[in-house]
Amino acid sequence: MARVLMKGCEAIAEAAVRAGCRFFAGYPITPQNEIPEYFARRLPQVGGNFVQGESEVASVNMVYGAASAGTRAMTSSSSPGIALKSEGISYCAAARIPIVYANISRGGPGVGAIQPAQQDYFQATKASGNGGFRMMVLAPATVQEAVDLTYKAFDYADRDMNPVLILADGVIGTMMEPVELPEMKSEEEIAAIKENKKAWACIGHELDYANRSWIQPGQWDTVKMQQWNEAAAKMYDSWEKDIMVEEYMIEDAELVMTAYGISARICKSVVDMLRKEGYKVGLIRPITVSPFPYGSYDKINYDVCKAVLDVEMSIPAQFIEDVAMGVKDRCKIEACLCSGGNIMSREAVIEAVKKILDK
Amino acid sequence: METNLCVAGFGGQGVMTLGKFLASATCDSTDKNVTFFPSYGAEQRGGTANCYVVISDEMVGAPLGDVMDDLIVMNGPSLQKFLPKLKKGGNLFINSSIVSDDIERDDVKVVKAPVTELALEMGNAKVLNVIMLGVYVGYTEVVSPEVVWGTIEHKLAKKAKLLPLNKAAFEKGLEIGRSQK
Repeated sequence: MARVLMKGCEAIAEAAVRAGCRFFAGYPITPQNEIPEYFARRLPQVGGNFVQGESEVASVNMVYGAASAGTRAMTSSSSPGIALKSEGISYCAAARIPIVYANISRGGPGVGAIQPAQQDYFQATKASGNGGFRMMVLAPATVQEAVDLTYKAFDYADRDMNPVLILADGVIGTMMEPVELPEMKSEEEIAAIKENKKAWACIGHELDYANRSWIQPGQWDTVKMQQWNEAAAKMYDSWEKDIMVEEYMIEDAELVMTAYGISARICKSVVDMLRKEGYKVGLIRPITVSPFPYGSYDKINYDVCKAVLDVEMSIPAQFIEDVAMGVKDRCKIEACLCSGGNIMSREAVIEAVKKILDK
Repeated sequence: METNLCVAGFGGQGVMTLGKFLASATCDSTDKNVTFFPSYGAEQRGGTANCYVVISDEMVGAPLGDVMDDLIVMNGPSLQKFLPKLKKGGNLFINSSIVSDDIERDDVKVVKAPVTELALEMGNAKVLNVIMLGVYVGYTEVVSPEVVWGTIEHKLAKKAKLLPLNKAAFEKGLEIGRSQK
């Protein structure tokens, strides 16, 4: 298949359309405006609907509604906008409604900076809204991966009847790179996906009042609410099989860098540069940051590994806490950080590595 | 083999378009990997804008070079900002119409082209970026000139009347680039 040069945001939108997404609602915010812009142009061409809502809260609730009616639906935003959407996301999780959304994250907290950052890690992986629900969170490091993960995200969402988050950053969102796009799902395939949701979705039940659909973002009965949480917890545990991770040259590594998204891509380049100089370094790159690949850190040879270097565009470090749960005190963990919209440089990572290994 | 290029100038000088033409040409007509990363704040026309294009035989690691092989500067402030990031032996391309500062480094190759004046002589100030793209491609041959022109032609297909002007601009640039090798 021919490759095309696409901007990350546009590629995410096109991948969603190809996966059968037929409804998008959003509200503008940099650096993700190209996602709604692309959907606005593209969805009418395939019989879908695009709405620019009056706010983030309105948009996410429109997506909640569309998905409740069995349509593959998506929203997107950037950090402060995602915070506003958290109520709707939590409701989708509680009602077990499959939606996909993307956070093209920027500097924070608050309105922060419009430039790229990885400052939303805890929010994305631990508490995307109230109530302690979990989601699969996919963190692409290239535009191609953003395409592939977005396409897959809709299947995960439908399978689990749960929201799925694409956690990208302003670099992935705004850069252009050649991509190969996945197959466009046919009208028949899209109709079949909707038909499969008939058992629970609000798509008309011919006056069968007793069996009507009931979208419920909570339970009034405490016993039922606990049962709901137990069932959800079981579903979250089942994600172990879905873990995606890249382990790069860690077997003999005296230092293992670990990072996700754009930071990981920069680290991989650093691994190649430093290996040429004779430094034994490697990289662990979680592609799913939820579920987190804790097991990958068991593969490090702790007899030779002097340190794990956490590299992230967040101050204070956040991702490092999951890393620590993987490393389990078997070696020290150092951090190389930047924040505020500044992008991690290879020089900074190289300096941090050499500071440890040249001791 | 990896080439890190930074293109910097005022918003409105076509800095992003220059980078995108080069990235598109690489994507469309070669087997190489390429990334285009735009960097700008909340500015519009008149503010500073720059972009990074990385062309590589391997997977591109960092889409924004911290060390540049090549640097194109379209205005004075960009020279001050980015010259320290150009590696030793790197290539510096200057819009000599408006960048009059002395180059404070003697360890880089300097290619000068008065692209603002040339564009005005051609009757359209907007083609300065296409002239500069020609200079860059003519000097470095990072991708073949034919491939780059093919992309420009394709991108301007809907504005066919602009093609002769752009063709002349691109060829003028190639001539300057090749003559300074």
